[in-house]
Amino acid sequence: MLSITCAGFGGQGVLTAGLLLAHVSMESGKEITWVPSYGSEMRGGTASCRLRIGDEPILNPFFSAIDALIGMNQDSVDTFQGAIAPGGVLIANSSMVRGGAFRDDIRVVEVPATEIAGELKNPRGANLVMLGAVIGATGLVDAEEFADGIDAYFNKKGRNNPLNRECFMRGVQAAANA
Amino acid sequence: MSRQLMKGNDALSEAAVRAGCRFFGGYPITPQSEIPEYLSWRMPEAGGTFIQAESELSGVNMVYGAAAAGFRAMTSSSGPGFSLLQEGISYIASAELPAVFVDVQRYGSGLGDIFQAQGDYWQATRGGGHGDYRMLVYAPASVQESVDLVSVAFDKADQYRNPTLILSDASIAQMMEPVTLPEMREHDPNADWAVRGKHGKPFKRVTSTMYYIEDFDAYIKGKYDEMAEAEQRWESVRVDDADVVLVAYGISSRICREAVEIARGRGVRLGLLRPITLWPFPAKAFAEVNPLVKAYLSVELSALPKMVEDVRLACEMKAPVETFLGGAHIPESSAIVERAVAILNAQR
Amino acid sequence: MSEKLTPKLLVEPNKFCPGCGHGIINRVLAEVLEESGLADQAVGALAVGCACLMMDTFGTDWVQAPHGRAAAVAVGVKRMRPECCVFTYQGDGDSMSIGFSETLYAAIRNENITAILVNNGIFGMTGGQMAPTSLPGQKTTTSPKGRDAATTGQPLNMIDQMKHLPIGYLARGSVASAKDINNLKKYIKTAIETQMNGGGYSMVEVLSFCPTNWKMNMEKSVAHVQDTVKAIFPVGEFVKNGERTDA
Repeated sequence: MLSITCAGFGGQGVLTAGLLLAHVSMESGKEITWVPSYGSEMRGGTASCRLRIGDEPILNPFFSAIDALIGMNQDSVDTFQGAIAPGGVLIANSSMVRGGAFRDDIRVVEVPATEIAGELKNPRGANLVMLGAVIGATGLVDAEEFADGIDAYFNKKGRNNPLNRECFMRGVQAAANA
Repeated sequence: MSRQLMKGNDALSEAAVRAGCRFFGGYPITPQSEIPEYLSWRMPEAGGTFIQAESELSGVNMVYGAAAAGFRAMTSSSGPGFSLLQEGISYIASAELPAVFVDVQRYGSGLGDIFQAQGDYWQATRGGGHGDYRMLVYAPASVQESVDLVSVAFDKADQYRNPTLILSDASIAQMMEPVTLPEMREHDPNADWAVRGKHGKPFKRVTSTMYYIEDFDAYIKGKYDEMAEAEQRWESVRVDDADVVLVAYGISSRICREAVEIARGRGVRLGLLRPITLWPFPAKAFAEVNPLVKAYLSVELSALPKMVEDVRLACEMKAPVETFLGGAHIPESSAIVERAVAILNAQR
Repeated sequence: MSEKLTPKLLVEPNKFCPGCGHGIINRVLAEVLEESGLADQAVGALAVGCACLMMDTFGTDWVQAPHGRAAAVAVGVKRMRPECCVFTYQGDGDSMSIGFSETLYAAIRNENITAILVNNGIFGMTGGQMAPTSLPGQKTTTSPKGRDAATTGQPLNMIDQMKHLPIGYLARGSVASAKDINNLKKYIKTAIETQMNGGGYSMVEVLSFCPTNWKMNMEKSVAHVQDTVKAIFPVGEFVKNGERTDA
């Protein structure tokens, strides 16, 4: 079972990234819980959600030790880095996470997600770049299978953009090169 | 049916429609607002009626009218809004009409705050309104159970002609999990008691049934005694050899479920009793517990201990009963384990 | 031998005090429902106050709401059973004080129901307390020196609250003379027709008297409505077929 937190500014697609992760994982037969940040947890415009993904039914949807953190901005890395379990993964959006030191007992994957999405002319796709990085880094689901899941998800909503897949795959590569 | 990922509130709403609910009158309040939002489009799609009422007071009475007309009807609220429903719930119980209510619990008295809590336990299980009535209270611990129990709540409301309550909370309501939805059911609204004009028959009066039932005291006590006996539901996890038995419902039970796994991994014999009905409280469940159990620990997400009173009664104080309160903070499963270990150590 | 033509809907003698206006209104409503062929499909919502005494004596289907909430209950019934003739029958304390919100919002949503609101300027059943419609200076058990409009407000005119809304029908009648009663019957008939034609919300306010709590005899009660109450609450039709009549 993996415990994953996605965090960033409101508007960076943090909840959507978590939903995609949950949705595609479910389609590949996993058990999932997805819990949005709520009430007093939401401060200073930071949005987050936490997921647990595993092969067995998820008992407790809450956790204090994070296996993988998707940190879309500086604030979220500052807030959640300390909660990452030793040996866990931090996927940091290096376009926005520039200050401070990273812990040395975790694996840090720096991905300039905002810049990559901008390059690909899909500025709202930074969250997909980050998703690609987390899939690449954790191997939770096969990357191509996950990319198919993303296409299916957006096709179902009637608004898929081929650049979504591209953003995601760039994230996968970034994790592989890290 | 295939699984789909749904938010607790949305899944509960869809399940209500599929259970044949065709009327919803309610008012927005966080963290239950997804229910009126969902039903605002889904009800008309299913041939039902959705009304955004001007207040909870009005919403519950629209439900009263729709239920009196024989239709499956529901409203939902949270915290302050749930308090406003109580007048209407008492009337609906007194008129012996079926209806389903949902309280998505939030924290605190007064305005409180919008995050998850379990502080409405007394209001839910003791009858938040005036007089002599009870509601069957169902406490889902997952999105799937929110779906399953809404269906049960409608059927039991009909069976006993009594309002029933789904006692959820902000976390079950806001989280997403995969669910399997049931098939659509239609409900026959033409019960003999349903008002629809007398059509040549004696006219019907939907009001407190005490006016028309002889020996009403015995009658109504008998009805609730029967419910108390027949409707207890629970889940037990490794209680037969447990040294400490956790008692927890809803979201707390999910945390406790993990605590049991952690404890067992460490050789600590922890078990869990999870009430699924809060009224009637599943006293029968305690017969499954290890007769040599050393303590019960009531785990509740509230500032004041509440359910623990039912635990004490149900276990007849055959072992010490302690409380673990989450209050405004979601407890760590490991902290619950530590507490259980501390209780055992103190007894050595 | 002359036949006494009592409407069949009046299944038992009413339980109101001698001289009470409710008995007349009950009779008028029963006649309208029977003459319109709606007695068998009528469902009434009433709540708390003297109005609820008719639940056993007036033979339509009934739902008894919490105090003030009859309009919301009626809405629940009508939305689910649009073929029924759904009406509320409420006093002024019930519909205009504790139930102001439910009453007004049914009109705001233009719900297809008929509200019969009886204005006798006092809480009858609870023993003569001040109502929202009590007149300035009126002595009641909670305004023993007379209603002080400076601290309790002016009498509530529900017609004024509603006449700007896009509703079906709005009228105020009275039971204080044979002519008034004939007009009242016309108003209630039009209100019910409006509902059954899908014309939207209809409300008839009825100026009535409460000799018991007014502590007046019949003659004085009738004269009080004619001379004093009507000056503050004018009678007539105010909205008809969804249009303002500016009566």
